[in-house]
Amino acid sequence: MDASWRPTASLENLQRRAAILAAVRRFFAEREVLEVETPVLIGAAAADPNLDSLSLAYTGPGAPASGRLWLQTSPEFAMKRLLAAGSGCIYQICRAFRVDERGRRHNPEFTMIEWYRLGFDHRRLMDEVATLAAMVLGPRPVEVFSYREAFQRFAGLDPFHCSVAELIACAGSHNIPLPALSADDRDAWLDLLLSEVVTPRLGRGTYSFVCDFPPSQAALARLRQEEGLEVAERFELFVEGLELANGYHELTDPAEQRARFEQERARRAAAGQPESSVDERLLAALAVGLPDCAGVALGFDRLVMLALGAERIDEVMAFPIERC
Amino acid sequence: MATYSTNEFKSGLKIMLDGDPYAIVENEFVKPGKGQAFNRVRVRNLKTGRVIDRTFKSGDTVEGADVVEVEMQYLYNDGDQWYFMNPTSYEQVGADKTAVEEALQWIKEQDVCTVVLYNGQPLSVTPPNFVNLKIVQTDPGVRGDTSGGGGKPATLETGAVVRVPLFVPEGEMIRVDTRTGEYVSRVKE
Repeated sequence: MDASWRPTASLENLQRRAAILAAVRRFFAEREVLEVETPVLIGAAAADPNLDSLSLAYTGPGAPASGRLWLQTSPEFAMKRLLAAGSGCIYQICRAFRVDERGRRHNPEFTMIEWYRLGFDHRRLMDEVATLAAMVLGPRPVEVFSYREAFQRFAGLDPFHCSVAELIACAGSHNIPLPALSADDRDAWLDLLLSEVVTPRLGRGTYSFVCDFPPSQAALARLRQEEGLEVAERFELFVEGLELANGYHELTDPAEQRARFEQERARRAAAGQPESSVDERLLAALAVGLPDCAGVALGFDRLVMLALGAERIDEVMAFPIERC
Repeated sequence: MATYSTNEFKSGLKIMLDGDPYAIVENEFVKPGKGQAFNRVRVRNLKTGRVIDRTFKSGDTVEGADVVEVEMQYLYNDGDQWYFMNPTSYEQVGADKTAVEEALQWIKEQDVCTVVLYNGQPLSVTPPNFVNLKIVQTDPGVRGDTSGGGGKPATLETGAVVRVPLFVPEGEMIRVDTRTGEYVSRVKE
């Protein structure tokens, strides 16, 4: 008989997942961070060219003129509107959706913990992320690399100054079969080396943070000058080669935010990707004023994978996409 | 032939790379949260059997390979080609030595084999998992020994040499597992 009605996770794993979820809620309650819920259905598709949103037709009461809504790729914009409205520190545990992301560590629908801390910069938030990780996964030494240091140490090149030819040669010297990428797509070559060379060496027995990303990969982080280089105040946490969290010292300038939306729209158009819309409500909230804050998204399913020693995300969720 | 996007990649899918047919052995999706997605794929060349790794930018497409597996009956060998017949369509194909090489030591005329066809031509031939073959030469066993311990070499009618228990005599029909090349049992006529 077809067994596809069954969960892919064992009941024991689901019980342990529930216990971790309860512990995470206690973690935030102890710190007086408010739990919030925002809609999973949103009115503007994600702008980031590396994320594709699921869209659906909605023509019921309150429908937008376009008749289309999207499933969120993260709750970021709605949470920033709450921050601008004076919510104070907030967190959310919610579902996020990303088209075409499926593999050992990915399911198109997954659970995200996202939180914002007023008055924190990305460094202080990294400390809190490490504290939360240690609560679930146990103590480990924390190490922090700048993006540049991580590449210098593990790939042997300077990602800010080397040529694309050097990136390609580095991939070749690590026996990475070369994909058909354009030679001027510098960020894609950096991402290949990050995924195949740098990331697998991070977080081995440690909590490894990578911060100060190239400005071309700033997403929604502030920029700052560091030793004559412009860097983005963005960080990621890696544990046992698994990318666990991504955070920013949040951009608060509405003009700069609008300019980044336009850049991302132009990149999407150049790559022939579906058009994204500018989230005017986010820009209106930024115009009123987003308090100085840092925010982070942490993949809850991956946190559970690490806690349970699971090899596949399917071992920690009841019904992955093939069984939904 | 159809084209496949990396989203459709899964083990067993047959695709064309550099003009050769390959089967996907493993497919891993890798993506930094805010970065470019890739599919890291391990593929087996269906002509040479060699396994290699490839990386694709996610969303890229590749051409499918016209490769099918068919159960076919071995008919005869004309010294150059080995001929197989599809028992439903009666269509016949000739396989060259490279395609049949590994199957030859196990098969006799009439045996039904699995033939991998690429653009209609045999790429490889897999014998049935179990075959019954007659021993044409083996040394006499030790009288009274029925334990099967030790064993001795026996040459079969197809030329294959397998180890058989000491008590199995020349002229006997035996059953062999072609995947391991091991003796299974005697066959009662």
